[in-house]
Amino acid sequence: MTGERITIEQAAHVARLARLDVTGDELALYTMQLEAVLEYAGQVAAVDTSSVQPTAHATPAENVMRKDEPGECLERDDVLREAPESMDGMFLVPRILGEAP
Amino acid sequence: MAVDASGGSVGYEPVIGLEVHCELATATKLFCSCPNSFGDEPNTNVCPVCLALPGSLPVLNERAVDLAIRVGLALHSDVRQCTFHRKNYFYPDMPKDYQISQYDEPLNAGGWLDLPSGTRVGVTRAHLEEDTGKTVHMGGTGRIHDATFSLVDYNRAGVPLLEIVSEPDIRSPQEAREYVAELRAILVAAGASKARMEEGSMRVDVNISVRPAGSASLATRCEIKNLNSLRSLVRALEYEIARQAEVYRSGGSVVQETRHFDEDTGRTASLRSKEEAHDYRYFEEPDLLRLVPGQERVDAIAAGLPAMPAQRRSEIAALFSSAGAGTGGGAGAGGAREDQIAGLVENGLDGLLLAAVNGGVSPEKALARTANEAASRIDEALALDPESYGRLLVMEEAGKLTATQVKAVLSEMLDEGRGDPAAIAKRLGFETMGAGSINASVEEVVASNAAEWDRYCSGEDKLAQFFIGQVMKATRGKADGKAVVAELQRLRSTR
Repeated sequence: MTGERITIEQAAHVARLARLDVTGDELALYTMQLEAVLEYAGQVAAVDTSSVQPTAHATPAENVMRKDEPGECLERDDVLREAPESMDGMFLVPRILGEAP
Repeated sequence: MAVDASGGSVGYEPVIGLEVHCELATATKLFCSCPNSFGDEPNTNVCPVCLALPGSLPVLNERAVDLAIRVGLALHSDVRQCTFHRKNYFYPDMPKDYQISQYDEPLNAGGWLDLPSGTRVGVTRAHLEEDTGKTVHMGGTGRIHDATFSLVDYNRAGVPLLEIVSEPDIRSPQEAREYVAELRAILVAAGASKARMEEGSMRVDVNISVRPAGSASLATRCEIKNLNSLRSLVRALEYEIARQAEVYRSGGSVVQETRHFDEDTGRTASLRSKEEAHDYRYFEEPDLLRLVPGQERVDAIAAGLPAMPAQRRSEIAALFSSAGAGTGGGAGAGGAREDQIAGLVENGLDGLLLAAVNGGVSPEKALARTANEAASRIDEALALDPESYGRLLVMEEAGKLTATQVKAVLSEMLDEGRGDPAAIAKRLGFETMGAGSINASVEEVVASNAAEWDRYCSGEDKLAQFFIGQVMKATRGKADGKAVVAELQRLRSTR
């Protein structure tokens, strides 16, 4: 990331993907802040990793699996009680504006 | 727009690729131990993991991995080490706001599937992912666009899916249909999925473009999502091919987009609004570790794979040629027979047929009974003991039961899911009627219907039906129709 600058357009794109409604002033501010965050994280790129093996994960383990055996589920009443609204045993959500992925 | 689906695509060739999602037949979900069960009360198979409650962590289901590898091997894929990614999106069918899928490193890479008609269709990949919850849109017409709110059931959220992506090697709606049917047969044979389109455990998305016939270039494609029957698949493709051809013919260009197929009108319509294309921001799932299927494990799974549909079909077809069968079967009958055999294999009922043939039943009779009677109740027939089923058909072959009686006994066996055919026949009062008592009954009926007998003897063969009916009445359906006819003919010849 070092050397690259994040543009206002990129920041606006990220905001849109996150469904954030931001004003022009906010966008300018967040672009700067995002850039600072990326720059900070970018320091890691300065480390010489030529002698380090690439890893897919921080934990040196693989193939962690469980048996295909049913366990306990939550009580539906307990689950739905935590939801803002429910109906007929289902979660009630506001009108969906986007499309299914 | 008006599209003439009949001749509208002349001069154009479709290029079709399919994405098939199937639910794997595990006992539990992909990343948690909630039951994977269709049709339960809403939101009863949910836990902190599949509801995305804070602090919960996914753990991979070993069985789902094995089933996915089985399918990969059956499709000649390269089974390799892989990773899981988060596919981020906003839609309430996943409480996490992302779906765990595989991205650049799928479990099964490459492969192919040979269609019964001979075409080889390339397989790009077959990867693991989790299914989403079910949404029901309320208010308005019940469709999402004018709904006032939606209800969500997360029982299906987290159920293991295998997404099988084909190369764009398919060239007609009929080939697409054939591909899906053959893939379904393979999934069932591998024991990986029930693959029932009507229950949603197998769903098909298509990518389709058209190009001038003979061209080698690829044109802009459209995606049609969630086709839920083979018939819809064919209809949607036929419409879309004609539509795209018409767009080009009138000088326009096809827009890359997702389209929805409307069952009622038989048309496809643009689904995406002008909103930008989806950006799923895939990144590696930090809560899951790399999956590395060892060679030993893959070899063991390969060794346990049962015979695949193509092999089973040809083995059954061989029964007919080796038995010198095919009598009375022209080309048309052969095609119908092939379809019947393919249907049995696709649904895993060919074991019943084989048990009957091994018991001494003719392949024709075994095929007819299995394809017509047993296959009309697939679930129950799958639970039958093939050996008992074989014995039932042997009883018919030996003349101990009439066709009507066999159907009645089979119906009982399917109801109960088990049963000794001889015992059921006895319980239903289908005791064997010996040739002697059949003949005696025929003689009685002949004697008391002299006028009809004269006409039969003077060549009115259709009166045989009358006599069969009379004998059946007298014996309360226990006589074998074929034995009655034989006795009638014998009496006539000795008159």
